[in-house]
Amino acid sequence: MPFGLLKYGLSNDYPAKHHFTPATQLKKHYDVVIIGGGGHGAAIAYNLAKYHGITNVAILEKSYLGGGNTARNTAVIRSNYLTESGVKFYSESVKLYNNLSNEFNYNVMMESRGQLTLAHSDAAIRSFRWRAEVNQHLGVRSELVDRQTIAELVPNLNMSEDSRFPIMAGLWHADGATARHDAVAWGYAKGACDRGVELHQLTEVEDIDITNGRVTGVKTNRGRVECGAVVQAVAGASSIVAKKAGIPLPIHCYPLQAMVTQPYKPILTPHVSSPQVHVYVHQTSRGEFVIGGGSDPYPLYNTRATLDQRESLSAAALELFPFLAQARMLRQWAGTTDMTPDYSPIMGLSPVENYYLDAGWGTWGFKATPICGVTMAELVATKKVPDLIKPFELERFYRFEQVNEAGATAASH
Amino acid sequence: MKILTCPLNGPRNISEFTYGGEYHPMPDPNTTDSRAWAEHVFFHDNAAGIVTEWWCHTASSFWFLAERNTISDEVIRTFEASEIFNQRIDFVAASTKEDTA
Repeated sequence: MPFGLLKYGLSNDYPAKHHFTPATQLKKHYDVVIIGGGGHGAAIAYNLAKYHGITNVAILEKSYLGGGNTARNTAVIRSNYLTESGVKFYSESVKLYNNLSNEFNYNVMMESRGQLTLAHSDAAIRSFRWRAEVNQHLGVRSELVDRQTIAELVPNLNMSEDSRFPIMAGLWHADGATARHDAVAWGYAKGACDRGVELHQLTEVEDIDITNGRVTGVKTNRGRVECGAVVQAVAGASSIVAKKAGIPLPIHCYPLQAMVTQPYKPILTPHVSSPQVHVYVHQTSRGEFVIGGGSDPYPLYNTRATLDQRESLSAAALELFPFLAQARMLRQWAGTTDMTPDYSPIMGLSPVENYYLDAGWGTWGFKATPICGVTMAELVATKKVPDLIKPFELERFYRFEQVNEAGATAASH
Repeated sequence: MKILTCPLNGPRNISEFTYGGEYHPMPDPNTTDSRAWAEHVFFHDNAAGIVTEWWCHTASSFWFLAERNTISDEVIRTFEASEIFNQRIDFVAASTKEDTA
């Protein structure tokens, strides 16, 4: 082993294997074209190839693999939602995440460190009790915990009763976890490409060909491609892409900002969030503190960082963890989130035949990546909508059957 | 600090304002079917570019309209709602016939 390492270190051409060979030439026809090479797109391709034997698939990505919201989210995995549809869906995803490294034979650095949501009011305690009951009923580990338990779970949390919003109780979600978001996209893409799927980066879809209400192909900046089906998985650009297919969506794009400190020694184990002060904090396995919160107050297609948000995130994080006052900020960034009116995704059939939607992923897209891959691939392969995603179809807005997911974001409700 | 110019109160910090959604002309509630009504209520253009949208100066509860670029975040202009809503809108119940029958 030391010799292997030495050989590696002294080699000029770094004998590291590439994860996959990027495709060079676009074919004339694909059975399935997936627009968007993020975690979701790669996961759908992976499941189509591995479990449905559909390998004549192209992932068209206008930038590079996993460079959009897959790279910009804060890598929180949890299933303590409030609606039955939501809890069932996300808990399947957590189960898949737990086995993902084995599935890929590739380490996605999944760490089940738990998630603690803080209640600073009686109203919050009531809603947490409700959430805990719903979760337990559906087999998700969620429980209401008191101040003493909170102090044991997170010894360095500010438990002072003199703070502006003293902590009264918490919702402890033992299934809460984190994983390396890039590795999730890479693992799926590698597994898909190994089975014959083509990943075309720097390939932007400019138009969508529809004949008699049915999708027949896409026009890209590298030429026209015919296809049997299209799946759009372009979080942050869903409205723009769907418009090319003539499909209106109930989405507004808001920037969501987060920031990260320099690395420090491991001191915080679970993910801690507070809907009251609009912040969540966790420490990565590298030691950085990730600090996130609510979306920007108005829509924007821009991933700039603002001083306003940095001030409010910092103030809120210090309220919970005063020791962070000495921490140095490493960077601040934003992602564009597709917010739906009911805080649930839009998945499944569209008004255009063979054109499938994977959109409306707001602030809950990363945690849904594995189950999204499974269910969307099943839909494309069988043309039957899986029960798990039936409640999330676009048609629900026309029937006034929204899935009001009040447990959607840890920090903004 | 980003400044938004309220037609009533002049230039103020944008944190004093509340975003109120895209401006869409309202379809006639008496003649519109529920599909079109759902689209009016829930669906958005969500355009990347210059859009017209509602804003409210929270402190004075004054609603107005703004033209803003949703890519550059540049506010082109703000104007009073009376520029578009220059006629009185009367909401008349559609089912008066059945009620009297």
